[in-house]
Amino acid sequence: MIQIRDLQKKFDGKIVLRGVDLDIYDGEKLVIIGRSGCGKSVLLKHIINLMQPDKGYILVDDIAIRKVSQKDLFFLRKQFGFLFQGAALFDSMTVAENIALPLLEHTKMTMKERALKVAEKLELVGLPGIEHLKPAELSGGMKKRIGLARAIVMEPKYILYDEPTTGLDPIMAANIDKLIIELSDKLKVTSIVVTHDMQSVSKVADRVVMLHLGRIIFSGSVSELYNTDNEVVSQFVHAQAEGPIQPKPTLY
Amino acid sequence: MVDFINLLGRRITIFLQHTGSVFIMLWKVTKYLLQLWKNRKLVVDQMLEIGVNSIPLVLFVGVFAGAVASIQTAYQLKGYISYNYLGAATSVAIFIELGPVLTALVIAGRVGASIAAEIGTMKVTEQIDALESLAIDPIRYLAMPRIFSGFVMLPLLTIFADFVGVMGAYFVAYVNLDLAPEIFFGSVKDFFSLLNVFSGLIKAFFFGGITAIVGCYVGFNTSGGAEGVGKATIQAFVYSSALILLNDYILSVILF
Repeated sequence: MIQIRDLQKKFDGKIVLRGVDLDIYDGEKLVIIGRSGCGKSVLLKHIINLMQPDKGYILVDDIAIRKVSQKDLFFLRKQFGFLFQGAALFDSMTVAENIALPLLEHTKMTMKERALKVAEKLELVGLPGIEHLKPAELSGGMKKRIGLARAIVMEPKYILYDEPTTGLDPIMAANIDKLIIELSDKLKVTSIVVTHDMQSVSKVADRVVMLHLGRIIFSGSVSELYNTDNEVVSQFVHAQAEGPIQPKPTLY
Repeated sequence: MVDFINLLGRRITIFLQHTGSVFIMLWKVTKYLLQLWKNRKLVVDQMLEIGVNSIPLVLFVGVFAGAVASIQTAYQLKGYISYNYLGAATSVAIFIELGPVLTALVIAGRVGASIAAEIGTMKVTEQIDALESLAIDPIRYLAMPRIFSGFVMLPLLTIFADFVGVMGAYFVAYVNLDLAPEIFFGSVKDFFSLLNVFSGLIKAFFFGGITAIVGCYVGFNTSGGAEGVGKATIQAFVYSSALILLNDYILSVILF
């Protein structure tokens, strides 16, 4: 379980998170929605301590992730898989080397065992036999799936997805959504998905939270999300131009 | 006046912050040197990239530096001192100054800038974050092999540059002045001092480290997409060149 308490963060005086409180339960598929630039990705990066809060704390399985030594932090991070928005594949490596890197660094697997594991994960993400390709030779959707294969190769307990369907065509986006659901069910992991793609939300989410002006303003199921009385949430969910959310970013 | 003091204070604070951050990075790199054997593949890759792949450029620069040194020295000796001392004068200049400094400057352009561009691109495309998320410390994985290789490979490259520099100097002396090899190399031998060669190599050791440290630090602090990577590349070359020349002066004062 992940507990986030009073998380605050600002960049150059601009407040991005102004006291986020959130519990993420084991095994659930939690989707975090909100406008572009509202701090969803920042929140996600705080969970594995890629960013440090100005105030507040995060407990992962009752361990304060910010307080641990580097060795323990790396131990905790091995329980996480992170799919970055742009996949963040290592350009200089092949697909196989990208996926096998955590195995090479953290396990005593032989080359053959690593190759088998890579092939297994590629099969799982629906891209078998492309071990030898370089990231530059892959399409956007393929990169995301390879990023996902790399994220799950250590069989993590938590998988964090940063806008997994952004920039993809609807069919590829649907494939990624299907993959998130399948991985969640097959591997019994906790999935935390940051997105503003409402089709994705409807398909993937067990629970949805909405981040707005640095705070969580909604938490509930997909049906509760679509039937809420909260005008801000409703405007976002139904993609309405008119409403309390202004097109121009609010000055904090 | 108050504004000026404020500005000065801010600049000094930023300078001290960066200096502190460089030393923190260096301290982490030093700790990871204990795991050198475990990371040997990464280190060997960087030694190849920084050292072996730079050999053609270093040979080119070395030959012409030696040739120019020979022409210039001959011009200054003309009419005052016998050309018999040309070999000694040029070789000493190559060993203590031209070899290490010119090699370091071209490596700053080739390697320092490339390290900054590579790490900077990784930073802006979240590849550094990806390494961290995979529980891999970027300082161990990226900085340590590059900085270690910078320290080790530049003295080796300087030995090449010294050798081809002297050969280039002799070639010019032979073509222009018809100087016999026994006279040229006899004077090189008479005035040869291991101290001169080692002084140059000590300089090269520090210059190599400086180039790699600056490249890594600038790379890790890159922001702002492609434009930021371009700026980082320029910064790495400018800072490392300036620091090489500054340290050349300091080391010359200490060593001679």
